[in-house]
Amino acid sequence: MATLTHQPAGLTAERLVITDGARKIFFSFIIAGVVLLALGILAALMGWGVEHHEAAGHAAGAAHGGAHAEECHSVLIKRLMVSLWHSNLFFVGISAVGTVFMAIQYVAYAGWSVIVKRIAEALSAWIIPGGVIMVVVFLVGRHDIFHWTHEGIMDPKSEHYDAIIAGKSGFLSVPFYLIRMVSYLVIWATFSWKLRQLSLQEDLHGGTYWFHKSITAAALFLVLYAVTSSMSAWDWAMSVDPHWFSTMFGWYVFASWWVTGISVIALTAIFLKQAGYLKALTTDHLHDLGKLMFGFSIFWTYVWFSQFMLIWYANLPEEAVYYNQRMGGFDGAYTPFFYGNLFVNFVFPFLALMTRDAKRQMIMMKIVCIAIIVGHWSDFYLMLMPGTLKGENGFLIELGIFAIFAGAFMLMMTRRLAQANLVPLNHPFLDESIHHTT
Amino acid sequence: MTKRYALGIFEDEDVLLHAIENIRAAGVKIHDVFSPFPVHGIDDALGIERSRLPIAAFFFGLTGLSFALWMQIYMLGFDWPMNIGGKPHISLPAFIPVSFELTVLFTAFGMMITFYTISGLFPKIKTNVMDVRATDDKFVMAIELDETSSQLPSLTELLRRNGASEVNQKEMTE
Repeated sequence: MATLTHQPAGLTAERLVITDGARKIFFSFIIAGVVLLALGILAALMGWGVEHHEAAGHAAGAAHGGAHAEECHSVLIKRLMVSLWHSNLFFVGISAVGTVFMAIQYVAYAGWSVIVKRIAEALSAWIIPGGVIMVVVFLVGRHDIFHWTHEGIMDPKSEHYDAIIAGKSGFLSVPFYLIRMVSYLVIWATFSWKLRQLSLQEDLHGGTYWFHKSITAAALFLVLYAVTSSMSAWDWAMSVDPHWFSTMFGWYVFASWWVTGISVIALTAIFLKQAGYLKALTTDHLHDLGKLMFGFSIFWTYVWFSQFMLIWYANLPEEAVYYNQRMGGFDGAYTPFFYGNLFVNFVFPFLALMTRDAKRQMIMMKIVCIAIIVGHWSDFYLMLMPGTLKGENGFLIELGIFAIFAGAFMLMMTRRLAQANLVPLNHPFLDESIHHTT
Repeated sequence: MTKRYALGIFEDEDVLLHAIENIRAAGVKIHDVFSPFPVHGIDDALGIERSRLPIAAFFFGLTGLSFALWMQIYMLGFDWPMNIGGKPHISLPAFIPVSFELTVLFTAFGMMITFYTISGLFPKIKTNVMDVRATDDKFVMAIELDETSSQLPSLTELLRRNGASEVNQKEMTE
């Protein structure tokens, strides 16, 4: 294929115009989220559907009334904090995946994906707001989310002393944790910004200079991301269960983020195409995105199962408790999520995207994309909730916060998408992408 | 029986792809195209029907999966139950790795055998090579001629116009 820098005939600059209708949809996500959140808070305050909590209160006997209300209040704050952490973690991960996707395409000298490159670039718009929210939530609500941050838990003289957590004090200390958290976010944000700037410069000036610089930046980012994605998974998700550990966890979280990120890219591409943009996007590009979604859904399952089977087989109490909590613990509060997770994230994409025709149909791809996004959100729910809320979980508040985050994410993402050409016109491989066939 | 072919030799895959489109559009039936490596999009350009091999693959996989599950459930559950780590005799998580592997094995072998069978590939098969350079760095397009080769001049002209670097005539005895 001709890969030098001439602009392919018939392709002109197109800019996304965010219509009022689209903006209304994003805001209605946020409003729906606020309504759900308010309903959820109301439900929690009125004590609807919290039988576990009631039972605990009765067991305490006389300690009713004021103490009960106070406990209810603190549980509500805890739920809010954990939900904020949960949805934010999910979206920050997706955001970083946009840059990872782009970096892999650069390093592999891949041409097919140029047409969706700007969508991957736009995903990273959430890293900075998401990162700020993450640091703030950690500073404000760390006691609600992370058991290991409690006072005296690492002090042998304290009544809260926990020898196992104290043994991890070298890693699980608040200052070191904050340093790590900020450095992951800074690394991700810096490289997202750098690759975006190089791409915008390329749009202005053309030539292969920017492309080669991008490859260098992308290769460096991938090395750093390989380390930071695993470590952020330990810090942000695994440390809510500070007694428990799994060597597969970094991969597991990455797989979840990655397949969701690809689904978001595919879904955005479909919506743009249906709105009349991205004229050069063909079913062949969708087919390739579908293959990635199909393949990485299986990859996620593979990692999930590798973690599950070793723990199940060895049946060591300190490891197996993790699955005990999820497969029937807390009166089965997580059992439907546990099996639903496997169905939505493995069985459904596996069967639905298996045929070639399914991957080439927009409606089928849309359904599977949405299923994967919601499915992996509940995968994160399953990682975080049993360790933090125990049996006090619910979903109205969580879904409300998810909808608010989704609306805000789409606002930020489309805004960045509208800031530049929808297709990088001077990308050296654009011609190859336009003529892509599978 | 002897058949005659006009062979258009092409140097570049893009030229070849456009040539295929143009020559088919001109109403000429292309017998086959020989290429040193798989060319993306050539199936569509030649109008080759999509293979039904994936459907066969699905059923081979299903057979493998069923066989694996039956084998493990029968062996470990009924024929010779063993206590392994205190787990139930029939415990699905332990069966998944073997089931997965046998699914892949059956699919791979099944597809290979099906493909070789329907393509008529078997050991010591003799193939008529149109032009040995198709195994190196040239793309060869073969168009069948009639007994008298009367269309050869017009075909030569058509192939040349679409970027063929040379046009040869070849007789094949089957």
